[in-house]
Amino acid sequence: MLSRRGFLKGTAAAAVATASTGPFIWPRGGWAQGTVKVGILHSLTGTIAIAEASVVDAEKLAIEEINASGGVMGKKIETIVEDGASDWPTFAEKARKLLDRDKVAAIMGCYTSASRKATLPVVERSKGLLYYPTYYEGLEQSPNIMYTAQEATQSVIAAVNWLAQNKGKSFYLVGSDYIWPRTTNKIAKPTIEKAGGKVLGEDYIPLGNVEFASVINKIKAQKPEVILSTVVGGSNVAFYKQLQAAGVDGKNQALLALAVSEEEASGIGTENLEGFLSCMGYFQSLKGAPNDKFVKAFKAKYGANRVVGDTLECGYISVYLWKMAAEKAKSFEVPAVVAASSELEIDAPEGKVKFHKANHHLWKHARIGAFRKDGQIDMIYESPLIEPNPFPKI
Amino acid sequence: MSFDIAVMQAFNGLSLFTVLALMALGLAIIFGLMGVINMAHGELMAMGAYTTYLTAVIFERFAPMLLHFYLPVAVVLAFGVTFAFGFALERSFIRFLYHRPLDTMLATWGLSLILQQAFRSLFGPREVGVPSPSWLTGAWQPISGISIPLSRLFIIGLTVVVGCALYRLLFGTRWGLRIRAVTQNRAMSGAVGIDTARVDAVTFAIGSGLAGVAGSAFTMLASTGPVTGQQYIVDTFIVVVFGGVASLLGTFMAAFTIAQMQSWLEFTLTGSMAKATILLCVIVALYFRPAGLFAAKVRR
Repeated sequence: MLSRRGFLKGTAAAAVATASTGPFIWPRGGWAQGTVKVGILHSLTGTIAIAEASVVDAEKLAIEEINASGGVMGKKIETIVEDGASDWPTFAEKARKLLDRDKVAAIMGCYTSASRKATLPVVERSKGLLYYPTYYEGLEQSPNIMYTAQEATQSVIAAVNWLAQNKGKSFYLVGSDYIWPRTTNKIAKPTIEKAGGKVLGEDYIPLGNVEFASVINKIKAQKPEVILSTVVGGSNVAFYKQLQAAGVDGKNQALLALAVSEEEASGIGTENLEGFLSCMGYFQSLKGAPNDKFVKAFKAKYGANRVVGDTLECGYISVYLWKMAAEKAKSFEVPAVVAASSELEIDAPEGKVKFHKANHHLWKHARIGAFRKDGQIDMIYESPLIEPNPFPKI
Repeated sequence: MSFDIAVMQAFNGLSLFTVLALMALGLAIIFGLMGVINMAHGELMAMGAYTTYLTAVIFERFAPMLLHFYLPVAVVLAFGVTFAFGFALERSFIRFLYHRPLDTMLATWGLSLILQQAFRSLFGPREVGVPSPSWLTGAWQPISGISIPLSRLFIIGLTVVVGCALYRLLFGTRWGLRIRAVTQNRAMSGAVGIDTARVDAVTFAIGSGLAGVAGSAFTMLASTGPVTGQQYIVDTFIVVVFGGVASLLGTFMAAFTIAQMQSWLEFTLTGSMAKATILLCVIVALYFRPAGLFAAKVRR
């Protein structure tokens, strides 16, 4: 039952809300009002929340910092967080809501390729702008998406070349069974051959699989010098625990993972990871003032025991890249921001990186490091900036 | 294939068999006795896993010198917690849905989602690290080249203990007699004075408790996170359905068959293809024996 008083209260509140923000009569962003809206679209619930929820923390931190230092062109950022719920149609629906109803100037969002593929047509149709902060398989370049993490060639080629020079020439490839590991290994195989190595075996395990005993025996039978792992998610916990139990560890076997960052370490058990390698664009242990500041601010806001990894950092710089592009363009209009992003350089926690002239991806370093006992990674190798090449010819 | 790899692979088959059997026992009992399809079985396993995690945390804080021995305590606690939860669940929720099998499926599935989100809110979305006691890390090497993971030996031992205890309970006690009576003929059992409602509650609780034990043991092999249960639930159902509902022997036989197939197929094919081949075999088998390998012959 709607009482008269309740009704009046509601109407009054609505009137106040309309008067104070009045967003729906303004064009996208309503930026004449002194705020500019940015959407955050990640899974806060469901299976992928395990990886995505913390990216939201990093993006919120960046927005908070920007607001504290005066906002973007004098306008404070108003954040609208939506939950993609690990469900791809939900991502599309929420993106539509953010773009068409909230009129956000940009969205920071998506983690899995599936969620990005679902969001892409919505963003293109509504002429919105999406910043995508996860390393992924490449093979995509939308005019309405900026990709702020590595595409596959930026990590796997550097990793394979380094491994072939330093650890050995015989490889065993093991990965989860979906598009990212398969594409990555498709790039890895000719790279291995070019480096004078050979592939002894290639194995794919269903997503979420927790039984690795047979895979480990196969690896033992083949005796590869290097294992290249593209296993993702909870499977990694099982993979490393069972490797350890089978007597395979960082001291007697070179294993490089392309999808294990500091964030996964505590779940896997740092004692199971010690000595194994990881290839990422960013490590928490990197030296330099921008990274010190980022890590310190993150820990101050979310707790000293939190760790940051590659995707978090990419989410963090996404917000800054958008801010810088908007300020350079002196506009929040999507085409202007995209045009201003070309060759835009940022002094990020991961070092100086910049957008490619045309293809919406960042020039990035590939970094290889070994896990320490405390779950942090010591960097061993840093590549020069690598040109993004989302459509490699193989 | 060399000798040592063959030995280790045979051991893998055995280990996988015990893993699958341990997973499926609880579900088989619930499914068999009450015809309740408990979609939240995986989450009960996750509950057992989280109990293990909490036990480890408590030991670490209050009795660090006893940390090596936390695991047996944790297994017992996991049984206790999930047993109690199962009992409460049956009394407050499941019993109202006994004559509506489809609704039970939906309701327990909803429950599994609620539990997942509860784990996420309580423990965070990331996996938690459950330490392996030092006596369970590493491998036993009877001869050089062959290494047998100790954590898997532990699970084999645990499954033997649980299997024997369950056998003793079902075939050696009054409670077991009542449970078997209700399984065979509910109406007649009620007529001769067995409190079937109570038997239902206890059976559901025992099934839940077994899930907790399995979840606790698997922390040694795999991850402990909000969606951990989902990693097991499909395999569990395949084993129970393939073995034949209401047949514990069938559950063991199905676990053995699937485990052997899986470990050898995984060795010769890729992991994904092995899984697909097993599913195909199960479908074909169920086509010819719709009630499973060991269907109880009863008049309906």
